[in-house]
Amino acid sequence: MQDEPRPDEILAAVAKFLRETVAPATSGHVSFNARVAANALEMTRRQLLDGSADGERDRLAKLLGQDGDLAELNAELACRIAAGELTLETPGLADHLWRTTLAKLAVDQPTYWGYRAALEERWE
Amino acid sequence: MAEDNDLAQRLDGLVRNRLGGESATRVTRLSAGATQEIWRFHMVKDGAEVPLILRRAPGGGFRISPTAVGLETEAGLIEAAAAAGVPVPPVPWVLTPEDGLGHGFVMGFVEGETLGGRIARGEALAETRKTLAHQCGEILARIHTIDPTAFPDLRRSAPREYLDQYLEIYRGTAWPRPVFEMAFRWLADRCPPPPEHPRLVHGDFRNGNLMVGPEGVRAVLDWEIAHVADPMEDLGWICVGSWRFGVDALPVGGFGLREDLWAGYEAAGGPPVRREHALWWEMFGSLRWGVMCSGMAGAFRNVDPNVERAVIARRASETEMDLMRLMAA
Repeated sequence: MQDEPRPDEILAAVAKFLRETVAPATSGHVSFNARVAANALEMTRRQLLDGSADGERDRLAKLLGQDGDLAELNAELACRIAAGELTLETPGLADHLWRTTLAKLAVDQPTYWGYRAALEERWE
Repeated sequence: MAEDNDLAQRLDGLVRNRLGGESATRVTRLSAGATQEIWRFHMVKDGAEVPLILRRAPGGGFRISPTAVGLETEAGLIEAAAAAGVPVPPVPWVLTPEDGLGHGFVMGFVEGETLGGRIARGEALAETRKTLAHQCGEILARIHTIDPTAFPDLRRSAPREYLDQYLEIYRGTAWPRPVFEMAFRWLADRCPPPPEHPRLVHGDFRNGNLMVGPEGVRAVLDWEIAHVADPMEDLGWICVGSWRFGVDALPVGGFGLREDLWAGYEAAGGPPVRREHALWWEMFGSLRWGVMCSGMAGAFRNVDPNVERAVIARRASETEMDLMRLMAA
């Protein structure tokens, strides 16, 4: 189904309500958790808008030489790294891990200093 | 809430029966602590109000973290640390079954700053930060003099076993993380030998668990994952990226340099710091914190779906970022 306002717009409004209305009007545990809840909604909103999964799946399929969904391919990659079959020297692997990790941080924590530093180190 | 009223009544009884006070007032739950409940209250005694802290297992029941020591052991560790010259809060009472409050203990309230961001960046502590890393080194050297034989229940492990334990915990999450797999291999290839002299280590000595005043560290908090291991573990853990609070250039908690930490440690009589071992432990620390965060997803889904757990679980990716940067260095 489809209707408006879009889910990301609604999540943004609820996050704003929690952060700007509930948190200042409460104290201690409740106020703290209102801010945590606002962060969680903002993260969920960023993930809804995130378009990185297709690229990740394509890179994985190419690296592993097989097809599958994201969960299957990630499990296979994890197995092959654990077995020592793929290493940081394997062409394309380090680049894939960097791109995937940066995409996660863009959703989970775009303000994390390590993310900011990595963006500068790698692409500036 | 009925549960909170019950707790307030029992604390009131505790103050009268165990602490020689008249009553307990202003009982408030503090926000910190995802694996322990922390409550603040005041003991009315001789007309004055003495602030105190209650730390207890969630809901007064059992702990859910497999690596944590019991709260009774934690209280004993704090007392041993005080005897070794480590700044810690006083522990006036360890809960007994008769108190009806579950497992836990009562701790003195120490005034000061614990918020990592304010310790790393706040104007009020600008002068303090200049010597804080050195002081942390001195404190760690004192912690490492505590006799571990007094705590036979504490977990003991060589670096390789310890790495394998976390590999097992990670596998238990059943969620594939290629970056963690790479980091486990990387660390296994460079694993330090078992320590000649294992020490009692705090296990969670970092910015966020230090109560700081203008003169420096006033109390070392959160002894719940103390164990017996390579003393370099504590020196690496405090440098993990997740507690630098945005100050990348100062790896020790976002307030100091590794060299100052190590100098303080050696000056206070700690064993000589092996640079490559301390750095190995720093990377292991990132991976360990990452595995702990990942474990929160299961706790969120199966134990207690509180939002804080969900958000902590999602901090696993910041450690993936740190691990990628460390492996590229």
